[in-house]
Amino acid sequence: MDFATLIQILDSSIRLATPLLFACLAGLFSERAGVFDIGLEGKMLAAAFLSGSVAAVTGSVWLGVLAGVFASLLMAGIHGLAAITFRGNQLISGVAINFLASGLTVLLGQNWFALGGRTPALTGDARFGPITLPLADTVAPIPFIGPIYAEMISGHSALVYIAIACVPASAWVLYRTRFGLRLRAVGENPAAVDTAGISVTGIRYAAVAICGVLCGLAGAYLALGLAAGFGKEMTAGRGFIALAALIFAKWRPWYALGATLLFGFLEAVGNRFPSIDFGVITLPAQFMQALPYVLTVVILAGFIGKATPPRAGGEPYIKER
Amino acid sequence: METSRRQESAASASNPLAIELRGISKAFGPVQANKDISIQVAKGSIHGIIGENGAGKSTLMSILYGFYKADAGEIYISGNLTPIPDSQSAIRAGIGMVFQHFKLVPNFTVLENVILGAEGGAILRGAMAKARKSLSDLAREYELEVNPDAVVEDLSVGHQQRVEILKALYRQADILILDEPTGVLTPAEADQLFRILNGLKDQGKTVILITHKLREIMEITDTVSVMRRGQMTATVKTAETSPEELAELMVGRKVLLSVEKTPAAPGGMVLEVENLRVRDETGVERLKGISFNIRAGEILGIAGVAGNGQSELLELLAGIARGEGTVRLNGQEVALNATADGQSRRARGIAHVPEDRQHLGLIMDFTAWENVAFGYHHAPEYQRSALLMDNDAVRTDTVDKMERYDVRPPIPTLPAKNFSGGNQQKLVVAREMDRNPELLLVGQPTRGVDIGAIEFIHKQIVALRDAGKAVLLVSVELDEIMSLSDRIAVMFDGKIMGERDPKITNERELGLLMAGVVK
Amino acid sequence: MTAMPKWADAVLVPLISLLIAFFISGLVILAIGEDPIAAMKLMVTGALGSTYGWGYTLYYATNFIFTGLAVSVAFQAGLFNIGGEGQATLGGLGVAMACLFIPWPHWSLALVAAVFASALFGAAWAAIPAYLQAKRGSHVVITTIMFNFIASALLVYLLVNVLRPEGALDSASARFGDAMRLPRLNDILALVGIPFNNRNPANISLLIALASCVGVWLLMWRTRLGYQLRAFGKSEKASVYAGINPVRMTMYAMLISGGLSGMMAINTVMGEAGRLLLNSVEGAGFIGIAVALMGRSHPVGVLLAALLFGFLYQGGAELALWTSIPRELIIVIQALVILFTGALDDMVRRPVAGLFLLMKKGKA
Repeated sequence: MDFATLIQILDSSIRLATPLLFACLAGLFSERAGVFDIGLEGKMLAAAFLSGSVAAVTGSVWLGVLAGVFASLLMAGIHGLAAITFRGNQLISGVAINFLASGLTVLLGQNWFALGGRTPALTGDARFGPITLPLADTVAPIPFIGPIYAEMISGHSALVYIAIACVPASAWVLYRTRFGLRLRAVGENPAAVDTAGISVTGIRYAAVAICGVLCGLAGAYLALGLAAGFGKEMTAGRGFIALAALIFAKWRPWYALGATLLFGFLEAVGNRFPSIDFGVITLPAQFMQALPYVLTVVILAGFIGKATPPRAGGEPYIKER
Repeated sequence: METSRRQESAASASNPLAIELRGISKAFGPVQANKDISIQVAKGSIHGIIGENGAGKSTLMSILYGFYKADAGEIYISGNLTPIPDSQSAIRAGIGMVFQHFKLVPNFTVLENVILGAEGGAILRGAMAKARKSLSDLAREYELEVNPDAVVEDLSVGHQQRVEILKALYRQADILILDEPTGVLTPAEADQLFRILNGLKDQGKTVILITHKLREIMEITDTVSVMRRGQMTATVKTAETSPEELAELMVGRKVLLSVEKTPAAPGGMVLEVENLRVRDETGVERLKGISFNIRAGEILGIAGVAGNGQSELLELLAGIARGEGTVRLNGQEVALNATADGQSRRARGIAHVPEDRQHLGLIMDFTAWENVAFGYHHAPEYQRSALLMDNDAVRTDTVDKMERYDVRPPIPTLPAKNFSGGNQQKLVVAREMDRNPELLLVGQPTRGVDIGAIEFIHKQIVALRDAGKAVLLVSVELDEIMSLSDRIAVMFDGKIMGERDPKITNERELGLLMAGVVK
Repeated sequence: MTAMPKWADAVLVPLISLLIAFFISGLVILAIGEDPIAAMKLMVTGALGSTYGWGYTLYYATNFIFTGLAVSVAFQAGLFNIGGEGQATLGGLGVAMACLFIPWPHWSLALVAAVFASALFGAAWAAIPAYLQAKRGSHVVITTIMFNFIASALLVYLLVNVLRPEGALDSASARFGDAMRLPRLNDILALVGIPFNNRNPANISLLIALASCVGVWLLMWRTRLGYQLRAFGKSEKASVYAGINPVRMTMYAMLISGGLSGMMAINTVMGEAGRLLLNSVEGAGFIGIAVALMGRSHPVGVLLAALLFGFLYQGGAELALWTSIPRELIIVIQALVILFTGALDDMVRRPVAGLFLLMKKGKA
C-alpha cells in the first residue's frame, strides 16, 4: 500500500465515520440519560428518507437536512412516549422503531416517487458539496503534510465538520454544564434528580430529543452527503455499528470519535480491498464487515477493558413506595 | 382523654409553628396510607414521628416533601398555606429530606451530589467554586466534614448520610426531615448524628425524625407523634411520656414483650461454624472470621445493627453466596465454594426464612402454590415422573399448609403479591418449617408483619426448638432477640463481639457490643 | 392493578393493542391513497380464500411459530433474545450440512437429522451470547444483535466461497437430493382425503411446529426445568435463594431459544427451497418478537399470533401483486404490533385497569 492509497483510505474513513459519529453521539446522549436506544438505525433511516425526499423536491440541501431531523425527531418522540411516559420496554420500543422506519420509508417512497423505494437522484444544490479548507491548494504540493491536509482533512462536506465539532461540544455539554450534570445523574440514579426537585421526565425527553436531532443529521448525511439520494435500507446496519461504537467508547464523547473512526476505517479498507492477503492467511471481505461486531462482543465480554453502561439504563423511572 | 389534653399543650408550645399539616389523606390504590392526619411542629424543635413499619410515616413525610401528592389536606409552613405539588416547591419552602435509602449519584463526587439541582447557573465552572466554599463553611459549622472531591460510592454509609444532610443545608433548608436515619448506622455513628441534629436545633432549624425505635425518640426529641395504620394516634411532649405508653400507642394494645417458653434443653451439636470469611464483589471483607455453634433444641440469636455481616452470614449458610471457612452440620462438612447451592443445603436439612421475603423468599408474581414449591421443586412428593412435576400434589399440600399455618385468604392460586405482609411471611414460614429441618436459619422473621402474625411466628420458632432442632435467628430488633434466644451473639463489623446469656445481659450491655465497644 | 381479571390481562389488552395497530395501519393505507377496506378484503381472499392462499399462510405461520416460541422461552426466563435471525441463519447451515453431505435413503431419516442439526446449530449460535451474559454480564440483547450481523457475514462467506457448487452463478448451495424432499401439506392431507392445493410450500414442518408448541407448553408449565426457568425470569435474586443456578438457567433458556429459532430452517431450507439460499430467514427471526409479544409468551398465544402474521405475510404479498401497496406494508403493521403490544402496553393497560377498578367500585 503506498502513501497515496493510504491517504485515500483515510479520507474515505472520515466520510464513512461521519454518520456513525452522529449516531454514536446520539446514542450517547440518550443512554447517558438512562434511555437505551437500539432504534438508532430506524431514526437514521427515517431521516435519510425524508431528507432525500425533501431535497429532491425542493432542491435545497438544508431543507433536506431539516426534514431529516424532523423525521428522526418524530421517531424519537415515539420512543420517548413508550420509554418515558408509558414506562415500556425500551429495547422493544427500539425494535419497533427500526421496523416502522424500514416499512414506512419504502411505503411512502414508492407512493411518492414510484422508484421502487428510492428517491430521485440528487444533483447540484440538493446535495452537499465539498468544502475546501483555507490554504488547501497552497499546501497541497508540500510532501506528506500537503496531501494529508488537502486531500484527507480538506474537501469534505459541511456535515463532516459539524460532526467532528459535535465531539467537543458534547463533551462540554455533558461535563461542564448544569444540563449535562443532570443528564448524567438521571442515567445513574434518577431518584436523586427527582428528590432534588428536577423533572426526570423532562431531562429524559430532552436527551431523547437531542438523540433525535443527531440521528437526523446522521441520516441526512447518508442521503445528501455520502450518497446522492435515498435508497431502500440505505443505513445497512450503521445504526447498530454506531451502537457498537458507543459501547466500544464506553459512553464517552472523545472515545466515540476514536471508535467511529476505527469502524469507518474498517469499512473503508473493506471497500477498497475485497479481501486482504496477509501471505499466511487471506481475510475475506466479510471478515472486515463482521469485525466491528466481533470487536464489540469482545469489548462487551470484558476481555479488553470493561464497558459499564449507565446504572439506571433501560429502567423506566417509577417513584418507589 | 389524657393524651388529647396533652396534645393541646404540645401544640401550644412557646415557639411559633414551623409546620402544620391539616387533614392529610393519601391512598395508593386500595391501600389507605394516610387518613386525615393533622400535626403541628414548633420552630427550633426536634419532633419525632414513631410507628411500626407500614404505619404511614414515610408516606406522610414524602407528601410534605412533595414526593407524593396528597389526596386531601393542607400544608402550612411558618403559618402560611403552602401547596407542595413537587419537591422543587418543598425545597423552595425550606424543607430538606434525608431518605432512608439515600438519593445520591454513586459515581459523582460529594460536590457534584450537593449541587445537583441547585447548580446556580447553566455553566458549572463558577457554581462549583462557590459551592466548594459554602460546603466547607457548612461542614465546619455543623461538624459535617467530608472531602468534597471524594466519590460518593467510596464513602462509608455514615459519610453518605452526611452528604445527604449537606445537600439539604446547602439548599438552605430550615426544616430537615430524616427517615429512619439510624437503621444503617452503628450506635456510635447514631450518637454523632444526634449531636449534629442537636446542633441544627441550636441554630434554630426544625428537625423531624421518623423512626420506629423508641430509644431514639426518648433520647433526642422534644415532641413526638405516634402513627398507627395510617392514622395519627397522639402527639405528646417527650418529657411527659414513657416508652411503655408510646409502645402501646404504636401497636394499639399492651405488647407482649416476652415470649412464653420453657428453658432450653440443648442436645447434641448440630451446627459448628469456624472462621467464616466472605468478601463482597468489590473485595471488601464482610465476614471477618466468625465462629460459633448451635446445639439441638437451642436458639442462637444474632444481634447487631443492620449491615454488620448478618445478611452475609445467612446467605453463606443458606448456600446463596460463597465464602471461606468451615461449616459442619451434624458433624458433616458443608462445602462453601458454590453459589446458588440452596438445593444441597435443603437436602441436608437446612431451611431458611430469609430477611427479605419479597425479593428472596417469594416470587411475588407466582401463585401461592408455586411459592410453596419454591426451593423444594425437587422434593420427591412434588414429582410425577423423572421430568414432570406433580402440580396437583403441590396444590393439595398448599391447601393443607395454608390451613395449618393460618394463611389468609386460603386460596392456593392467588399470586403472592396479593397477600398481606404477615400472610406472605406465614407462607414462607410454613414452607420452611413444615419439613422439620435440622437447622432453621431465620432473618428478621417479623419485619413488616402485623402483631397477630408476630406472635404466631414466634411460637412456631420456639416450637421448632422444643422439637429438638437448631435455630439461628438474626434480627435487628433487640426485643425479639432477647425474648426468643437461648444464647445471644452480637455482630459488629463482620465479627462476633461476644456471646451473652439473655437471662443475665441487658440492652445496655448488648448495645455497647453492637457499637463495637468491648469491655 | 389487582382489579383486572386474568382474562383481561391475557386477552383483552393485547386485543385492544392489536386493534389500535390495525387501525393505524389502515390510516397508513389511506395516506398512500388506497382503500383500507378493499385492501383488507384482498388480503383475506388472497390468504384465506383458497387452499393455495392457506398453504402460503400456513407456510409463513410455521416459521413464525418457531421464532415466536424461541423469543417466548427466552422472555419467560427474563431474557430478550433478539438474535433469532442469526440463529435461524445458522439453523439453515445445520440443515444444509445434514442434507448435503450424507446421502439419506429416505426423507424421514433426513428430517430427523435436519431437526437435530438445525436445533444444534441454532443453539450453538445462541450459546456464546448466553455464556457472555451468564458469566461476564454482557447484555444479551446487544450481543445477539451483533451475532445476527456476524451470522449474515459468515453465511455470505460460506455460500460464496465454500458451499457454492463450481460454476454456479448465484450464491446458494447445491440442491439436496430428491430423497430428502419433505412431504408437502397436500400430500399429508391427501392421506385423509382432503384436497389441498399443491403449488404452495406448506409442508410437514408445520406438524413439527405444532408439536413444538405442545412441547414448550409442557416444558414451561409441567416440568421442573420450566418451573425454574420461569422463577428465574421473574426474579434472579429469589431464584438464587431457592438454589436455582442463574448461569445454568441463562444457558438453558438461550440454548432452547436458539434451537427453536434454528429449527425454522427445516421449513424454509429443507421444506421449501431444497437448498441453502442467502436470505432464507427473511426477517422471520424478528417477527418472532412481535409474535411472542402478542401471544403473551404463551404457546397458544404464539400459535394464534403466528397464524395472524402468516395471514399478513401472504395477504401482503397478494396486495403487492394486485395493488400499488408494496409488501413493506407488513413491516409497518409488524412494527405497530410490536409497538402497541410491547412497548406501549402500559398505554392500553392503564385505562383498562382503571375501567375495571371503576366497575369494581361501582359494584361495591
